Amino acid sequence: MKNRWLVLENKIFVRWLSFVSILTMILLLIFFITLTVSSWPAIKANGIGFLWGKTWDPVANHFGMLPFLAGTIITSFLSLLISIPFSIAAALFLGEYFPKGAITDIFRNAIEILAAIPTVVYGFWGLYTIAPLVGKFELKMHMPAPGVGILTASIVLSIMLIPYSVSLMRQVISMTPTTLKEAAYALGSTRSEVITRIILPSNISGISAGFLLSLGRALGETMAVTILIGNSPELPRNIFSPAYTMASVIANEFTEAIGDVYLSSLIEIGLMLFIITTIINLLGRLVIKKISYSL
Amino acid sequence: MMPRDIQGLKRRRAKDRIFSAFIWCLTISCLLVVTIILYYLFKEGISSINWALFSQNPKPVGETGGGILNAIVGSIMVVSIAAVIAIPLGVSVGIYLAENRGRKLTERLAVAVDVLQGIPSIVIGIIIYVWIVKPTGKFSAFSGSIALAIMMLPPIIKNTEETLVLIPRTLKEASLALGASYFKTTMKIVLPGGLGGIFTGCIIGIARIFGEVAPLLFTAFGNPELIFDPRKPVDTIPKVIFTYASSPYNDWHRIAWGGSLILVVFIILLNAVIKIFERKWRVQF
Amino acid sequence: MESAILRTENLKVSFGNTLVLKGINMDIPEKRVTAFMGPSGCGKTTILRAINRMHDLTPEAKVEGKIRLHYEDVYEMDAMQLRRNVGMVFQRPNPFPTMSIRENVLSGFMLNGIKLKKLEKEEITEDALKKVALWDEVKDKLHVRSTSLSGGQQQRLCLARAIAMKPEVILLDEPTSALDPLSTSKIEDLLYELKANYTLVIVTHNMQQAARISDMTAFFYLGELLEYDDTKKVFTNPKNEKTQNYITGRFG
Repeated sequence: MKNRWLVLENKIFVRWLSFVSILTMILLLIFFITLTVSSWPAIKANGIGFLWGKTWDPVANHFGMLPFLAGTIITSFLSLLISIPFSIAAALFLGEYFPKGAITDIFRNAIEILAAIPTVVYGFWGLYTIAPLVGKFELKMHMPAPGVGILTASIVLSIMLIPYSVSLMRQVISMTPTTLKEAAYALGSTRSEVITRIILPSNISGISAGFLLSLGRALGETMAVTILIGNSPELPRNIFSPAYTMASVIANEFTEAIGDVYLSSLIEIGLMLFIITTIINLLGRLVIKKISYSL
Repeated sequence: MMPRDIQGLKRRRAKDRIFSAFIWCLTISCLLVVTIILYYLFKEGISSINWALFSQNPKPVGETGGGILNAIVGSIMVVSIAAVIAIPLGVSVGIYLAENRGRKLTERLAVAVDVLQGIPSIVIGIIIYVWIVKPTGKFSAFSGSIALAIMMLPPIIKNTEETLVLIPRTLKEASLALGASYFKTTMKIVLPGGLGGIFTGCIIGIARIFGEVAPLLFTAFGNPELIFDPRKPVDTIPKVIFTYASSPYNDWHRIAWGGSLILVVFIILLNAVIKIFERKWRVQF
Repeated sequence: MESAILRTENLKVSFGNTLVLKGINMDIPEKRVTAFMGPSGCGKTTILRAINRMHDLTPEAKVEGKIRLHYEDVYEMDAMQLRRNVGMVFQRPNPFPTMSIRENVLSGFMLNGIKLKKLEKEEITEDALKKVALWDEVKDKLHVRSTSLSGGQQQRLCLARAIAMKPEVILLDEPTSALDPLSTSKIEDLLYELKANYTLVIVTHNMQQAARISDMTAFFYLGELLEYDDTKKVFTNPKNEKTQNYITGRFG
């Protein structure tokens, strides 16, 4: 009797494990289907032109997502560009110059604090510090000076990317075979030569994968950007323009969207965001996986 | 011949020094940014922290004072329900991954978990809106919890897997050789051995979702009143910060600073707990 | 031959495409020590693990033929029931690190969901630990973690853990290979005493050990059973040339 219960309990457990695992695996597919079905009214009403339509005018029932696509891409790439030198330097500092010691501990904790700060707090902080700075600069350049806009959002976003890309970079850099480095040192190379000629080139695919994953993160970042980007559904003219990213337009307009097509257009933007980030993450992970297997 | 060589060496040394100086500069500027952020948080936050912040609900526009009691309660409620949902699911998937290594299905599952981690939180918010809010016709704390639970899954799954893989196979065999079922072996031998790592994963998950707003915008929504019913919309601390930060009122900004400080200090404390546990709760095999 | 408790009939085990055991027929007598001996890779551990169906855990392992415990095919029995009846001690001491000494002794009951009264627990713990001559060494610290014990003590604890379940057969997979000589001789003495109540099957790569403690010795070579007889006969007058070479140290 007792044994029968043990067997049954075990059977349930094994089934449960397989069930939740398969569920997790098809979760992405379920997400995709959910988003596609819900954005169907918009897809039908807006057609394929939605992707490159320049105007977003819900009142006139005119929906084109190009301004948001442009805003997203410019903001993400700009923030990535700003953060790259910092994250490579920090990763080299932690992984190559000082893998151990008091400075490293302090620095590592500092990076962890950066990772611990919620995105909405970054946005709020940026509004108080970075936005006025950018505003002053804009005044000097005789431009309209709202302070908020693509540049402000990108600067704050680049700070938020640092902990993420540093941990990815460090992982990659630490995978450099010691023998390779030792060989270079034995030939009389200086440290900077070892770094620029051995460590960085031999890890180029890993580093690119790291940046790809950071880009994926930047693309989907919502709250800080929503606070700082200035919320304007028009094609940005320069990096000071107020704009909208895909994520922030959803955040701002979703609960106010009246009418099926409007709401469903916002969901369609979400669908695009989902597709883009999934592809980027898939690529980045595959590259990193390949590297760690080959070593 | 000799002098030229020495010159070349000198130039290379100089280059090397400039390079390290560059690395130092960039690294120190990272540190500087952290210092500036913390400085602002504490400078603006400390002055806003008072008893009212913790004990009162928000006041209507125009009246000064008030607090974020409703949001503190809301955050705790939404996050606890999310944890209760996500931990058993995540640990189960982690067990599956650790026990079925090397299979094709397992590898795909691992990739799926990685990709899941990279999905923007706002998209998860939309999905839960479609799944729960739209059919039930109302925003609710519970729907917010589901969204956050999905975000919690990846860190829990990964940490569970990583610790369980370290548990020696001979221990499992010893248990099975005593006639124990796979279930009992997992519950009594494998999981206790990996408890430290699993706990760490759960805390990382909680730290990850505690500051999230995006998935809650169209699920838990917001509510200026003190609510204990998960079927109703609630405020959370990060949501209040967002609402108040984008408002024009100074008094609301003050409360937002206070909320930010509380949030950041709490998440940093969670990280500290993780570190202590990782050091102390390691089972010797 | 005396009454056999275990009998294999044309037992074959393969991993993937590699046939590791090539059709073994043997009877293992009750309440005796039977030693499995042979050079590494000969299949001695494989046959041991086939007896309590540990190969079930390896997906690519395939077991053919029959193993009978009291004339009943073990592959038709419930695996959990079988393993409660056939205890096992492993190559390296593997007490459960999260449990105390007492909990380790009682772990078989706990893992099988059997609730014991406090008095029963005490009796079983004391009895099992006395049988493995560990009682005097640990009776004052039953609540401490098992990992605080020395390697030899840990291995005796693992033996106690198996004994506590009152199995008929105990399988030992090179139980002393990770131990120092003193601990080894303690375990050997124990095995000699234990055979009064239990059937012991021990895998060893150590010929002297087989000669010292076993009643029957089986010599395996490349997955085949070359020689199986009374230990004395095997060591003094082996029939097979390969056995002779092995025990005289000319290969292996």
